[in-house]
Amino acid sequence: MSAVTSPMTTTVASPDKSPEHHYLNHSSGFLSWALTLDHKRIGMMYLAGILFSFFLGGVFALAIRIHLWNPNLDPEAAWLSNATYNRVFTLHGAIMVFLFIIPSVPAALGNFLLPIMLGTKDVAFPRLNLGSFYLWVTGLLFFTYTLFSSGIDTGWTFYTPYSIESKSAVEAATLGVFILGFSSIFTGLNFIVTINTMRPPGMTWFKMPLFLWAVYATSIIQVLATPVLGITVLLLALERFIGIGIFDPALNGDPVTFQHFFWFYSHPAVYIMILPAMGIISELMSVHSHKGIFGYRMIAYSSIAIALFGFLVWGHHMFTSGMADVTTIVFSALTFTVSIPSAIKVFNWLGTMYQGTVALNTPMIYALAFIFLFTIGGLTGLFLGALSTDMHLHDTYFVVAHFHYVMMGGTLVAFLGGLFHWWPKMTGKMFNDTAGILSAAIVFVGFNLTFLPQFVLGTRGMPRRYASYVREFQQLHQLSTIGAMTLGLGLLVAGLVLLHSLFYGKKAPMNPWGGATLEWECSSPPPHDNFSSPPTVGDPYDFTSVEYDGKTGSYFKKKK
Amino acid sequence: MKIESPRQQGRHPFPKFQKTMTEVAAPADGHGHDHHDHPSWLAHHFDDAEQQYDSGKLGMWLFLVTEVLFFSGMFCAYVLYRNRNPEVFEFCSAFLNEKLGAINTGVLLFSSLTMAWAVRASQLKQTKILVGMLGATLGCAAMFLGVKSVEYSHKWGIGLLPGRYYVAQVENAPHAETNYLQMLCVIPAILSAVFLLYYVYSLVIASKFHQRVAGPLLVSGLCFFAGVGLGNILEGGEHHDEHGAGSHAHDDAHGHAHADPLVQGVATAEKATVETADEGISFVKTSGGPVNDVAVTKEEEGIPNSKVNNQGMAGLFFSIYYCMTGVHAVHIIGGMLVITWLIVKASREEFHSEYFGPVDNVGLYWHLVDFIWIYLFPLLYLIT
Amino acid sequence: MADTHSHTADAHSGDHGHGHSGFSHPMPIWMLLTVFFALLGLTFLTVFQAQFDLGNMEIVLSLLIATIKAGLVIAFFMHLLWDKPLNAIAILSSLIFVSLFLGFTLMDAQGYNERLIMDPNGDLLERSQPKGSLVKKSE
Ligand code: HEM
Ligand SMILES: [Cu+2]
Repeated sequence: MSAVTSPMTTTVASPDKSPEHHYLNHSSGFLSWALTLDHKRIGMMYLAGILFSFFLGGVFALAIRIHLWNPNLDPEAAWLSNATYNRVFTLHGAIMVFLFIIPSVPAALGNFLLPIMLGTKDVAFPRLNLGSFYLWVTGLLFFTYTLFSSGIDTGWTFYTPYSIESKSAVEAATLGVFILGFSSIFTGLNFIVTINTMRPPGMTWFKMPLFLWAVYATSIIQVLATPVLGITVLLLALERFIGIGIFDPALNGDPVTFQHFFWFYSHPAVYIMILPAMGIISELMSVHSHKGIFGYRMIAYSSIAIALFGFLVWGHHMFTSGMADVTTIVFSALTFTVSIPSAIKVFNWLGTMYQGTVALNTPMIYALAFIFLFTIGGLTGLFLGALSTDMHLHDTYFVVAHFHYVMMGGTLVAFLGGLFHWWPKMTGKMFNDTAGILSAAIVFVGFNLTFLPQFVLGTRGMPRRYASYVREFQQLHQLSTIGAMTLGLGLLVAGLVLLHSLFYGKKAPMNPWGGATLEWECSSPPPHDNFSSPPTVGDPYDFTSVEYDGKTGSYFKKKK
Repeated sequence: MKIESPRQQGRHPFPKFQKTMTEVAAPADGHGHDHHDHPSWLAHHFDDAEQQYDSGKLGMWLFLVTEVLFFSGMFCAYVLYRNRNPEVFEFCSAFLNEKLGAINTGVLLFSSLTMAWAVRASQLKQTKILVGMLGATLGCAAMFLGVKSVEYSHKWGIGLLPGRYYVAQVENAPHAETNYLQMLCVIPAILSAVFLLYYVYSLVIASKFHQRVAGPLLVSGLCFFAGVGLGNILEGGEHHDEHGAGSHAHDDAHGHAHADPLVQGVATAEKATVETADEGISFVKTSGGPVNDVAVTKEEEGIPNSKVNNQGMAGLFFSIYYCMTGVHAVHIIGGMLVITWLIVKASREEFHSEYFGPVDNVGLYWHLVDFIWIYLFPLLYLIT
Repeated sequence: MADTHSHTADAHSGDHGHGHSGFSHPMPIWMLLTVFFALLGLTFLTVFQAQFDLGNMEIVLSLLIATIKAGLVIAFFMHLLWDKPLNAIAILSSLIFVSLFLGFTLMDAQGYNERLIMDPNGDLLERSQPKGSLVKKSE
């Protein structure tokens, strides 16, 4: 036993010796999930929780859009009272940001995939990983409490001084955010350590799939930025409990500083949202184009660059908040630089597709939608980053449209693409591809219908967070509401396709898409310890090394 | 059975796969197969002890990074308001007892020493020294909290509360009736009693393990009260007698070079008032109004140094003071919990040269807590 | 099994020799004590220094002393001098990001300081609504 056996290098061309054994049936019972230390199960639990939060946030979103069908010029006659409307959009934003989008890709897909892609058994701290999950659940409970007590009506940004005076349950929400923050921090910390210390021999930094680079960059932000959010909301909670006054102008406190604190986290946080999504797209683009990724190193470096530059631009959210003139100019200039690495990625993805063998299946359609939508979102960010235009556009629907293009059109669409891409791996079931493509198409159309009109609304001066508007805006608002319904339908279809596959789907082969990264070398679903034979680490984007086998419908590593 | 360590490129190639074959053969037995090539202290997903150690340590350093950023928010608030109203900080700092701060600094530094020594002892498998050093660290932590309790309760008693609750400092103000110090001592007293019982119990059953755990716990409980005693003495011997007479509001500054803070404060105020007006940065109101948190009302007009001695100025300082030292104290308490856990593990003789990560990492955390205090002390206590 | 590893211990207790096979690295006692007394001395120094009115220099000096102390703690007690460079990079980067955070925020605060409204009677404060409140007051 003490001798080091030479690693097996032969590839297993036949299916597993014991094909029935995988992480899902490894053990059973409620506790085997609730107390599991297996990163795959934790990832799946996150997935369930996150989809639930997304559903919850989605219900609020539809409520907003339905309310805005009419101008509501007479608040008495409106469907939602002004006070309720404030609560609805705040809960929508806060749930979507803190409970859904921030943990979505890293905590759900990342947890499942990171150790497998890396070729290890688990993350470095499995217990901490489970702890993060339960922190997330606790955060959810706090939000549920908020929901059923007096709601919260400050907007997801909790700006003081209103958040100090508001009669809604700000305390519960801020404590929830505090806890969710630590959940996010520990996930990030875990991933950084895993990638740094657990890489198996042969897995050098530049052999890592780009998804891992993206998750690594994300984790850096999570560790560096989230603590500041923690102290911000903690001080805000203390502000309400014992009136400390640090952010309260009535006590000489400085509300602009609150915004600095908040955006020091929250701008980097938008990169927590988008970076892992970009990582997904890098994988999807190359796998479904069956062509090595174009500019691997540029993409990898640009992830890190985005993570670091992302810390330099937070002031662009505060141009009209009374910042000093010099600061606004500096932040505006810096904002432009940060769009460079994003653009680098977009060009590299396009370069990857060029002359590739593009397979137009569900994940790829989502990925293409991502590129289109994210580009619009990113470019409109530049209008907002420019001082003079932002003076006009700030706090209008233009901003709303911008961040939905990047967050929903970007992160959510990429998340769905990734979900479809890795679904066979995670559940062992194939979904109906045609129906999947249909869902992507509906989502794409519905999305644009919802948010393109909002750009127009914004430039014409429709302020955000208003429960009523002048009649001139009604047509565009109604268009947007119709879009939202369509979008909801598309997401419903996507959900049904996945659900259907669970019960009626074909058994998924080991490598249905022809990926060359390590997760495709273990069975679907993966066994408890991830690999039944040691993976040989090769180039993650070398597609000449895999070939299709018609009999099993799967790709296999070519024998050398 | 154990893997010897002729490390090849720093790590064993695939030791973890040696057993996967058995697992495939017997899929149902789960983790059961792990212990035959992993000692119990090595988690199954690590290849070797060094990897486990490095991971833990990197994780701890990253955690410390988050701690630094967490505290930075409060430091930011500190610098911001000190920059804006330096006279407030001068006025208020005089209420903080420099001696107690210095004592606590010494106590924490000493606890850092014992902690570092504990790490050494764990590496050398010197169990007795290890438990002793951890106990000493725990005791220091308790003492720190004891002194802090005296400081806090004393301030609460005379209305030096954060923000909205700040009570302007006036000569001859009556003291609050509540004895905050007693309140703060309740939990430590209960805990000490429990530890005492536990210690007696461990003597009765003559269990070496339990004695090793109970001893340090009991001592640390006593250390808390030693800290309280020490704090009380340094807070000024006349403290208790004067309480009854209700004669003088604050004796913080007694007994050292500072003059009475109010007198001194009035002196600075003359300067400060002019400055404030010049700089035009004050929201302080001088007449009543709805936002009377910062107002100096008619009755208060007689208050010395009224521009600074109010909720929006001095109150803000004390908010920052309580936030910083409070969050720091919470970290101390957290540290005490993990040190207790270490004492239990150490008493079971779990640590040795291949497995001392927990001691090392808790040590890192503890030094960081000390690190933060090293800055807090001059920034809060030593402003002149 | 475990006792086979204690061989690394004794060999390195006296000095900071490198190149040994184990990864444990006990600090010599004299070094711990020296650092401790240096820290104590610096604490006395900073308290002593605070007795004098040094004007602006005072804050600089006390922060300098604090930083030296913090450096000693990090380098020796926290063992960073002998640690993996990555750990040092991590903690240094935290300081960089803290200075970024404080730097920008304070630079900005300094900039708009002059725009803060002098309001001795509180009239303005009374009349003005908080600027950011697009969320209309409900209730
Ligand atoms: C590509 C470069 C980007 C630039 C130049 C940019 C620029 C901006 C600017 C200047 C604003 C402030 C607008 C205002 O309030 O007046 C803003 C708002 C926002 N952006 Fe971006 N952005 C970019 C990418 C992203 C990404 C990738 C995301 C998220 C995934 C994102 C999410 C948001 C959000 C959530 C807000 C609104 C926050 C709020 O006020 O509630 N942005 N963006
Ligand atoms: Cu931003």
